[in-house]
Amino acid sequence: MNLSFAFLDWGIASSFIRKGLIFSVQLTLFAMVGGIALGTAIALMRLSGKKWLVMPAAFYVNTLRSIPLVMVILWFFLLIPLLIGRPLGAELSAIITFTVFEAAYYSEIMRAGIQSVPRDQVSAGYAVGMTYAQCMKLIVLPQAFRNMLPILLTQTIILFQDTSLVYAVGAYDLLKGFEVAGKNFNRPVEMYLLAAATYFVICFSLSMLVRQLQKKIAIIR
Amino acid sequence: MSWDWQVFFQDTGGGQTYLHWMMSAWGWTLLVSACSLVVALSVGSLMGILRTTPVKAFVWIGNAWTELFRNIPLLVQIFLWYHVIPSIWKPLQGVPDFVAVVIALGFFTSARIAEQVKAGIQALPKGQRYAGLAVGLTLPQTYRYVLLPMAYRIVIPPLTSESMNIIKNSSVAFAVSISELTFFAMQAQEETSRGVEIYLAVTGLYFVSAFAVNRVALFIENRVRVPGMIGGGR
Repeated sequence: MNLSFAFLDWGIASSFIRKGLIFSVQLTLFAMVGGIALGTAIALMRLSGKKWLVMPAAFYVNTLRSIPLVMVILWFFLLIPLLIGRPLGAELSAIITFTVFEAAYYSEIMRAGIQSVPRDQVSAGYAVGMTYAQCMKLIVLPQAFRNMLPILLTQTIILFQDTSLVYAVGAYDLLKGFEVAGKNFNRPVEMYLLAAATYFVICFSLSMLVRQLQKKIAIIR
Repeated sequence: MSWDWQVFFQDTGGGQTYLHWMMSAWGWTLLVSACSLVVALSVGSLMGILRTTPVKAFVWIGNAWTELFRNIPLLVQIFLWYHVIPSIWKPLQGVPDFVAVVIALGFFTSARIAEQVKAGIQALPKGQRYAGLAVGLTLPQTYRYVLLPMAYRIVIPPLTSESMNIIKNSSVAFAVSISELTFFAMQAQEETSRGVEIYLAVTGLYFVSAFAVNRVALFIENRVRVPGMIGGGR
């Protein structure tokens, strides 16, 4: 078969694709911000040393990390309507799912980040009269964030790739945009190829940026 | 809401129960994962090794391979092997869906394994490579007898988590209608409307599979530990 991209009416095709891209980016950003916030809270719970906080946090992380993301997406899509009593769109359901799911992964990163801060610094904080919360907020977390920034961003690139899995519940994301465009012009093969190229360009350039950032941070340290 | 576990003994309409179907779906999940793991380990090792050789062209190939397969979502890669490549290259047209998925999942994971194999080889002191070459071993021999036996023993823990990931990632095969666990879950949920029971059972089977891989890997890890290294023992 000969590939042909001449069929495309770019004005129309790009409107399908843009709609998908906007949702994928939105989903990624929401899940990143929400996931890092929730993940940090869970990491703090796990490191609190109090059994009633450690146990649920560990359960949360270990459970979500051993289930395939597609199954988690399906679970939430099934359970949320049962719980709130009315159907929730695939898009909104995906945003909740990804936030909850990614929090498990971000929390492991934040845990490593928090543990990378020398214990003496916390002792020093206590010695000058800071509370636990102050120590965390003013001493530990800023350093943990900075040390882990490249890894948090790498995880976000993986998150962006994973957003394509909302395919399972039919949400309209970047991949879906290409698929719809492919169906409309009856050229699915070219569109899948373009989809792969688009994801590659986005993810590859982002990971190059992260690598640059990593070098920069390494020098400062 | 009430439980209805009887759903697993209902007939699917094809002369078998949902329980039978689920078990055969589990088999497909394990088969896809095992075959992909073989592909991923062989290709990943090759690419990882290429990236540590002194030959610039090899390093370039290994790097390009890793970047290419790491930066495209798995689902898109599955579509590539399923829709795109057979229509560009005719001989691949008759290939079963199963093979397309195994290649996609295998190559996708090979990029991660290449990264770990590379890290494992680079974790060894440079002196070992030079020593191998100095006593007259060729470069392939140095890899075969000096570097790889140590490197593999170092990278087993990360490889373990990759094999657990492969089981989880095999779920993406639902998209091309391979009858594995996730595909079963979606279909059976639609047919019976007993989603919670079915999802619970399927999630349980994923747990069991991942746990089994974890145990096997732990056993291998203990057997091949390098004495005298951190986490080494004996």
